[in-house]
Amino acid sequence: MTSIAEASAHLGHRLLAEPGRLPSADRPPVLDQARLIEMLRAAGLTGRGGAGFPTWRKLAAVAGAGGRPVVIANGAEGEPGSGKDRALLTYQPQLVLDGLQIVVGALGAGAAHVYLPAAAGGAIRAVLTSRRQAGLDPIAVNVHAAPDTFIAGEESAVVAAIAGRPALPADKRVRITESGVDGAPTLVQNAETLAHIALIARHGPAWFRTAGTSDEPGTFLATVGGAVAAPGVLEAGYGVPLGDLIDAAGGATTDLQAVLIGGYHGGWIPPRPDLPISRAALAPYGASPGAGIVLALPVGVCGLTETARIAGYLAGQVAGQCGPCINGLPRLADTLADLAHRRGRPGLPGEVERLSALVSGRGACRHPDGTVRLIRSGMRAFQADVAAHLAGRCLAKEGYR
Amino acid sequence: MNRLHIDWTACDGRGLCAELVPELLAEDDWGYPVARDGAAEPAVPDHLERSVRLAVDRCPALALRLVRR
Repeated sequence: MTSIAEASAHLGHRLLAEPGRLPSADRPPVLDQARLIEMLRAAGLTGRGGAGFPTWRKLAAVAGAGGRPVVIANGAEGEPGSGKDRALLTYQPQLVLDGLQIVVGALGAGAAHVYLPAAAGGAIRAVLTSRRQAGLDPIAVNVHAAPDTFIAGEESAVVAAIAGRPALPADKRVRITESGVDGAPTLVQNAETLAHIALIARHGPAWFRTAGTSDEPGTFLATVGGAVAAPGVLEAGYGVPLGDLIDAAGGATTDLQAVLIGGYHGGWIPPRPDLPISRAALAPYGASPGAGIVLALPVGVCGLTETARIAGYLAGQVAGQCGPCINGLPRLADTLADLAHRRGRPGLPGEVERLSALVSGRGACRHPDGTVRLIRSGMRAFQADVAAHLAGRCLAKEGYR
Repeated sequence: MNRLHIDWTACDGRGLCAELVPELLAEDDWGYPVARDGAAEPAVPDHLERSVRLAVDRCPALALRLVRR
């Protein structure tokens, strides 16, 4: 999934289409703390790593914590369905690194780090060397390898990895924005978010708001995969109709049954071409754009079995620290697998829900919560399949789906 | 109101807290504490504060904290 799909005219294109430039030709603007925070507030930029938290608030929290902050560009992207940070760091690394330096400068940070898969480390080091030579980076940037695990990009896992410990989530009694790497206030920002910061600093909040909706401004990078002709990464404004995204990725290869939105911690939505991809429009489905993952499920494939497969993967990605998650996720995935493989017994859906409620909120990170979101969404979206499976049948195999 | 924070990376399910404050905590399928009201950080009513403090002090894994939120 490395191709950059050509975006049609009404999709936005800023991040990936920003013309390439020589590092020395265009220095990133220097902004003070108050000005940058105000610009990001006016722009309405939210984090593009999945949680969608207002970026200005996170910066303000770090700025207000006292002490010299540490800033980390997070390109770990452990989500299997996502390729957008890798695409961005490959095709537009300057934007991410500009954003990093802008934030570092505004916050008066004492250290800057880039955290990304080991395979991408060499290329980014070469870019950093040329930037250093061109005098673009006032602060040297350290490169750290992210392990290839689902939770490696979780904020506290990122902090642990930068501090030289295993990339595992930590307890959140104290916020990372107050005390992260070596006790310093720490800003962990998704790579795409930093690229947007670079563009907002250059073109202004009003420009940023010319894409997206008034409540959810700007563009986002989508990774469109599954049953589409040209899977890849493309850029669109929030509120883009689902059908436009699918079309931009070459169109569906067959009739679609459902679409998984937001990735493995996301939710299933109907394949309605007019459905806007925004938090507001997806909320009724218990879903959100998340980190922009769009996976098209074709007819003839059992959605329940697919949900169980993903749940099994997520159970295998448990960090192994928190009892309810270590025990609960495998039990939950096994229970769902019984349903998917028609090893039915009375009360199976009830047991899925009981275990879902039991593991929710009971971990150092949101891995159990995200897994439960996916499973509950699957149980809702494929309700008819659940009933059929309990009766020993499968709608997809019988050609009804 | 104080809340009971559980550090899940430290908790190993010895079950002492659920014994000391059964009004607030039960044990789940695997012996880990679970708030009776289902909250991730259950609110601690005044009349239970003493026994909750005891549980915080006695937890063999030092996994419990009273936090003000």
